Amino acid sequence: MALPDQDTALALLRQMLRIRRFEDRCAQLYSAGKIRGFLHLYNGEEAIAAGIIPLLDAKDAILATYREHGHALARGVDMGAVMAEMYGKQEGCSRGRGGSMHLFDAGTRFYGGNAIVAGALPLAVGLALADKLQNRAHVSVCFFGEGAAAEGEFHESLNLAALWQLPVLFVCENNLYAMGTALVRSEAETDIHLKARSYGLHSAAVDGMDLLAVREAATVAIGHVRAGNGPYLLECHTYRFRAHSMFDSQLYRDKAEVAQWQARDPIDLYERELLNLGLIEAGSRAALEAEVEAEVEAAVAFAEAGTWEPVEQLTRDVYTQPAA
Amino acid sequence: MSAPQKITYREALREALRAALAADPRVFLMGEDVGRYGGCYAVSKGLLAEFGEARIRDTPLSESAFTGAGIGAALGGLRPIVEIMTVNFSLLALDQILNNAATLRHMSGGQVSVPLVIRMATGAGRQLAAQHSHSLEGWYAHIPGIKVVAPATVTDARHMLAAALADPDPVIVFEHVMLYNAEGELEPVDAVPLTGAAVRRPGNDLTLITYGGSLPKVLTAAEQLAADGIEAEVVDLRCLRPLDDATIMASAGKTRRAVIVDEGWRSGSFAAEISARIVEQAFYDLDAPPARVCSAEVPIPYAKHLEDAALPQVTDIVAAARGVLGRG
Ligand SMILES: Cc1ncc(C[n+]2csc(CCOP(=O)(O)OP(=O)(O)O)c2C)c(N)n1
Repeated sequence: MALPDQDTALALLRQMLRIRRFEDRCAQLYSAGKIRGFLHLYNGEEAIAAGIIPLLDAKDAILATYREHGHALARGVDMGAVMAEMYGKQEGCSRGRGGSMHLFDAGTRFYGGNAIVAGALPLAVGLALADKLQNRAHVSVCFFGEGAAAEGEFHESLNLAALWQLPVLFVCENNLYAMGTALVRSEAETDIHLKARSYGLHSAAVDGMDLLAVREAATVAIGHVRAGNGPYLLECHTYRFRAHSMFDSQLYRDKAEVAQWQARDPIDLYERELLNLGLIEAGSRAALEAEVEAEVEAAVAFAEAGTWEPVEQLTRDVYTQPAA
Repeated sequence: MSAPQKITYREALREALRAALAADPRVFLMGEDVGRYGGCYAVSKGLLAEFGEARIRDTPLSESAFTGAGIGAALGGLRPIVEIMTVNFSLLALDQILNNAATLRHMSGGQVSVPLVIRMATGAGRQLAAQHSHSLEGWYAHIPGIKVVAPATVTDARHMLAAALADPDPVIVFEHVMLYNAEGELEPVDAVPLTGAAVRRPGNDLTLITYGGSLPKVLTAAEQLAADGIEAEVVDLRCLRPLDDATIMASAGKTRRAVIVDEGWRSGSFAAEISARIVEQAFYDLDAPPARVCSAEVPIPYAKHLEDAALPQVTDIVAAARGVLGRG
């Protein structure tokens, strides 16, 4: 696998930092009461979105769960529009109708933001079916947690995708916990990628903390799907550093375990790797951090300046045309 | 326009499917047994040979996944028709229907729409017992973001599918199992809209309001009442969401009496919704409280006499009509 060139290498580091700083800021804004509802942060998992999404073409479709800020940002959904959505402003990427869990951006083919565990998997199958029937060599990528593997829709969708040989990439972000339930407490077979094999899907597992490894595995997976070889499941072993959501005191896992994983922070790991490879210099990260901070603050300012949709418009967008 | 011809409801639906598939390459049908088997109610018989496997797609027994795949395919630019064998099985796909099909447009701030048609069989009368006989269209009509229609005549069956496919939003088409063999005249119309109730029989003495599989029973009841000199106006709702209040109120306001006939259970029934609307909007025009004829509050039983007893029957409708006229 070829290493990324210097520009790409830096762009990927920058992407992970954008996600991390955006979300850290969201957590502050949540405490300040600016953001409400459920807020699920992606800290620790950035190497997955940043490792996979930049490899996709503009016409490929992306679907994710409620933990999707990172995917949206990596896809190029405008950070200001994402932040305004967190605020519930009409300048948000879903007009303030979706919030943190339902970021949508049709322009970048980002189809949510789905808060039902496993709910997006069948949609990805259908988007891929539409591509196949219309002879388009696009890939539909669906990100979900390992908790989804216990849902019927996971199994139904994998079977359907394999049966019809559809161009779907299923990406399982296995962070070991579904809210407070450890994988070993909920699944008899804890290797999610092995489940895919039983449906005839090609699959692989990768260290989800290692951006270059994720990128390499995803290159293979996307290549497989785009070449018309049918669906693929990539399991990324990862860990979320923060609580499940903002209402979680994390009594289900001990601090030593969290610390152990934090020692393998994907951003730090990647930075070290780039330094070793001579692709960046000692001050590179600090410069990126400054840029990213400016972008995040601009997004906050955009959201702050945003406006509330007039309540008279409450029932718009229930139907495409207002009901007769 | 050709002269009226007699065809079955099943044939009307098949013709509608055939015409839709022929007219638009984006249209495809998918569901359990729709292809090789020809459809469990034989609606899609012959279509596999005509249109091929890509467009008449047999699916596994995975209601949630193939309904969700229909939603995804609609997002991807196709015009899927998803067939769910019966409304009972649609409960396995309810998550996709409610949380995705009905919701995506609003939740995305109007960025995406879901031009999906879901057809499903509904209703009792074939001694199939509780897990194959329920009428849950009222539940679906509860959901904003989808449209719910229930064609009751061959003409509506023939044309409403095209209107459903032309609609940019998800539409559920309910087909009552007792209608598939029913024969009727195919009226020489080009189109039937998705919205708007139809007055199937004019009358001045009371209004009988119904939809779908109960329409034939209601028309028979109206005939019997006419023999006694009672002229019932029969309103066929056709579309349960959105609901055509204007036609309902115009009729109830004119006749001053209404009976609603619905195969759903009485408690929380769709008939309850209609009744409430009439009371809200036409109370001062009424000469009697609206009456309801619904299914008994039991899972529909297998034994014929019990199944009959559970369902609205012509005699029940006639009795309710006489009741609101004070001639019970
Ligand atoms: C169908 C469904 N059941 C339950 C929930 C409540 N819930 C929200 S997130 C979550 C845990 C999911 O864990 P996982 O899929 O591993 O994703 P993660 O949060 O770890 O990214 C649960 C149980 C839900 N949203 N949807």
